[in-house]
Amino acid sequence: MGRSVPRREDLRLLTGRGRFIDDFELPQLKHAAILRSPYAHAEIGEIDVHAALELPGVRGVLTGRDVAAMSRPFAVGVSPAPKYYASAVERARFVGEPVAVVVADDRYIAEDALELIEVDYRPLPAVVDIEAAMAADAPQLHEECPNNIYSQRDFVYGDMESAKKEADQVVTGRFLFPKYGSTPIETYGVIASYDPFADQYEIWSNYQGPMVGHALVAQALGIAENRLRWIIPTDIGGGFGIKTGLYPYIALMAMASKRCGVPVKWIEDRQEHLIASATGTDRLTEMEAYVKSDGTILALKDRAIDNTGGYIRAPEPGCAYRSIGNHTGAYQIRNLEREVLVVGTNKCLTAPNRGYTCQHLYFSLERMMDKVAAELDIDPAEIRLRNFIAPDQFPYKTATGGLYDSGNYAAAFRLALQRFDYDNMRQWQKEARAEGRLIGIGLATVVEPSVTNIAYVGLAKSYLERRKEHPKSGSGEAIMVKMDPLGKVHVIAATNPQGQGHDTVISQVVADQLGILPDDVTVSNVLDTHQRLTSITSGSYSSRFSSAGTTAVVLATQRLKEKLFRIAGHLLDAHVESLQNDSHKIFVREQPQRSIEIRHVAGTAHWNQSGLPEDMDVGLYGVGFYNMPTSEPPTEFDQVNSSNTYGFIAEVLLVEIDPETGTLQFLKWVSAHDAGTVINPLLFEGQLQGGLAHGIGGAIFEETAYDENGQILTGSFMDYLVPTSMEIPEVDLVHQETPSPLTALGSKGTGEASAMSAPAAIANAVADALRPLGIEVNELPLSPNRIWHWINDAQSSPSQ
Amino acid sequence: MKPAPFEYFVPKSVEEAVELLARHGDDAKVLAGGQSLVPMMNFRLVQPAVLIDINRIVELGYIREGDSTIAIGAMTRQRVVETSPMVREKCAILSEALANVGHQAIRNRGTMGGTLAHGDPAAEVATVLLTLGGSVTVAGPQGKRELSPEELLAGPYAAGISSDELIVEINFPILAANETHGFLEMSRRHGDFALAGVAAVLRMGEGNICQRARVALCGVAPTPVRATEVENQLTGNRLDASTIQAAAELASRAVDCEDEYHASREYRTHLCQVYVRRTIQLALERWGDK
Repeated sequence: MGRSVPRREDLRLLTGRGRFIDDFELPQLKHAAILRSPYAHAEIGEIDVHAALELPGVRGVLTGRDVAAMSRPFAVGVSPAPKYYASAVERARFVGEPVAVVVADDRYIAEDALELIEVDYRPLPAVVDIEAAMAADAPQLHEECPNNIYSQRDFVYGDMESAKKEADQVVTGRFLFPKYGSTPIETYGVIASYDPFADQYEIWSNYQGPMVGHALVAQALGIAENRLRWIIPTDIGGGFGIKTGLYPYIALMAMASKRCGVPVKWIEDRQEHLIASATGTDRLTEMEAYVKSDGTILALKDRAIDNTGGYIRAPEPGCAYRSIGNHTGAYQIRNLEREVLVVGTNKCLTAPNRGYTCQHLYFSLERMMDKVAAELDIDPAEIRLRNFIAPDQFPYKTATGGLYDSGNYAAAFRLALQRFDYDNMRQWQKEARAEGRLIGIGLATVVEPSVTNIAYVGLAKSYLERRKEHPKSGSGEAIMVKMDPLGKVHVIAATNPQGQGHDTVISQVVADQLGILPDDVTVSNVLDTHQRLTSITSGSYSSRFSSAGTTAVVLATQRLKEKLFRIAGHLLDAHVESLQNDSHKIFVREQPQRSIEIRHVAGTAHWNQSGLPEDMDVGLYGVGFYNMPTSEPPTEFDQVNSSNTYGFIAEVLLVEIDPETGTLQFLKWVSAHDAGTVINPLLFEGQLQGGLAHGIGGAIFEETAYDENGQILTGSFMDYLVPTSMEIPEVDLVHQETPSPLTALGSKGTGEASAMSAPAAIANAVADALRPLGIEVNELPLSPNRIWHWINDAQSSPSQ
Repeated sequence: MKPAPFEYFVPKSVEEAVELLARHGDDAKVLAGGQSLVPMMNFRLVQPAVLIDINRIVELGYIREGDSTIAIGAMTRQRVVETSPMVREKCAILSEALANVGHQAIRNRGTMGGTLAHGDPAAEVATVLLTLGGSVTVAGPQGKRELSPEELLAGPYAAGISSDELIVEINFPILAANETHGFLEMSRRHGDFALAGVAAVLRMGEGNICQRARVALCGVAPTPVRATEVENQLTGNRLDASTIQAAAELASRAVDCEDEYHASREYRTHLCQVYVRRTIQLALERWGDK
């Protein structure tokens, strides 16, 4: 524990021995390519596939008509739900929506055949803007959803009336958070094989979870879940939430395989990925803060509108509710009024994107904190310190039902300020400003939720609607640990890692629990619905492994250890409670000479099964199937603990803007993190660096952009800008460890980290730098073009 | 992202390549480093029926120092030129400009002839060639001919070369002792296509008088362009902050760019002015350090 055990995965991966989805082959495997809509919005008439079918090597073509005949729309947690199939049926609603699938002997032929398909498109007017979509004259995407509204709910928590009366001032803001995604180095991939004799599908895919997707596909295909076997390879080249949007392609390829009578492989190319896989939602937020003149924030009122694109696909509308438990961030704000809307436009569909709308929330909330500070003329660090939840208030229940397990926010923030040399930097900033330099200090102090409780999606429906349905909740994870006859350990896991190093951590934790060496622990980590223990929540998402996953590992190992000790006690004729072990043997604590080697105990369990205690099952293993006890369904007052463990992040950074070019330079950055107990610092810091880079991407570079006709402007890596190492500054990472009482090791999730906080912190820094020019920063990405125009407009406006 | 079917030839000599070009002409594309052509084929933006791969023509890979020019074979990899000590000493502007061409992995494959034949508006090598006033030798059915940079860049995408011709050599003038230079560009990320780039070579005399100025811009017009009004403003004048500023303000007259997603026309036009000023200043600082 707490040691930087090197990643056991690396040698395999770095020598090209990883086994990714594209490395898998099957006998008679054929290859699919997908014809996609070039229009943002169009009626689809006749699709003529004759010429494609005549091309040598083509095995078959699947169109929307087939998809409508062979499947049902995917279920989603809103009602009425717009019909969303695995491909466009009669109408395409975003550029890149699948229109037809060709199956051929190889991908080249399949793509040649795509060019031979004639589609009768009748283009319709498109809408891409959130507010325009809700306008009376907007093009309507789905007849079930008037005004293009997929979901709408109002919430009130606490006592808004009193808070409003008590407030000295109201501070308002309006914020636009852009649409961007992740760009996992490995794109989506599916192999589907239909067995007509067993009426069963076998699927290989790099789907990241949750296994809710398995249930959704089975339902769409109209089969029982035990007829749909999913195998998720050991190696996945990144997910970041975006691979939760992959499951419709599993259904699509399952249908293609059934229709064409061959196993089918489809590997998404980068263009397909950027255009049509999934990105996060864009969000328009209007927020009001009711404050006292001493800086106390009494209440928040906000209206947030998300945009899930041409359809709404599960786990959406999660975007609107994922962060509800931590909506008031790190602050004691007891009163909240919210209006939540999810609308449709002719954009690509959404999925959780590293941070899953916490970056949206904190962009608004942390910008508001700075605005409040500016209005009241209080230092922005001070205003945060005045509103933080105090260390003695944990576990802290938020107004919206979040249960913050542990924390010491002020201490971690002060640590960051100290490392940054905050007071002196403020002084230096004054001097630099006097020289005409545009220098800004940016702060963000946020709560980092992890381990999703699937219950939160229920908030899309009212309590009365929810009451008619079966309740949903949970965050479970399963691990099996078994010991071989020589006393070595093998772990059977299905945690679905995408590069995080789960196998390293599992071996580290198991070795620690048993008092043996990590090298004596092997791990098989494959999610296979037919051969592993899984639950609806299985998979790697919402940073759940280091909390839920490791707790299941500890539980399983303890159960194995208990059994091992019981057998040892039986063989030594000693009480189990009197036993202790080292890396080789188990012995009686008070009489160490009474000992037995672990391998002999294990050997007995396997080779002399009759030699076991009479009341004991054979087999030397332990199973840990762990669910966070705090994962409860929403209450009748719409309170829900939307996550389970809650960490803390404080960003403090310094930027300079070149007024001539609008470019932004990072001069200094301190990033403080408290994610409970750190299991492996090497992996931990890797996650923090990655999250931060992604946060910088969202703040400055990445955007899934469209023109007003819904044509995508960022369809390749030439225009969709992912920051490279050249764009990432050196960041000073500062750590504090406040253990979680909920997890076996005290650890919390941290796989999203600064992806949540960096956009807010950078925006605050830029706003601070531009404040002398009277510029507001309410929009991202902070491209040099945008910043220069702001500066140029401010300098040429008559008021200057 | 798989290319459409094509016929593939691998000539071993310039003669063989020229013969193939004569036979297939407009249906053919020449594959050099493939850093632009291959992605375009994968996107099916171009679908040549014939691909003539000139990577086996070993005679086209060289850097030769002459009396007043450096001759570079068309198949010489950009990274080889960038890291050549001789080029760095005799024609530093070329080394500096090459450092801005994509990333190292791209320059390891990308060739000197390839970037010129592709003729991207933001291409750094063409901009340097235009600034220095070098030449390009092409081989065709009628033998070899020499093109000035202006002839090569007669229109977008190397309009000066006909479809049956192959670039074989590029000649870059060596910078004289009384010349100073600068190359700067602005891009969203390191290695991206320039939103605006500037190459400048100044011939200097006593008292910081600029005797001759050559300034070219990339990324801001359909081809790299000379900023002749900037040049005229600098020539014959003593270079100080106000002369440089006055010259830089003329940069926009050479510019012909459109609004696009990453940058508005207004912003890019403005960048030209800023970058012309900064590049001239850089050149002047270097002159002062000599």
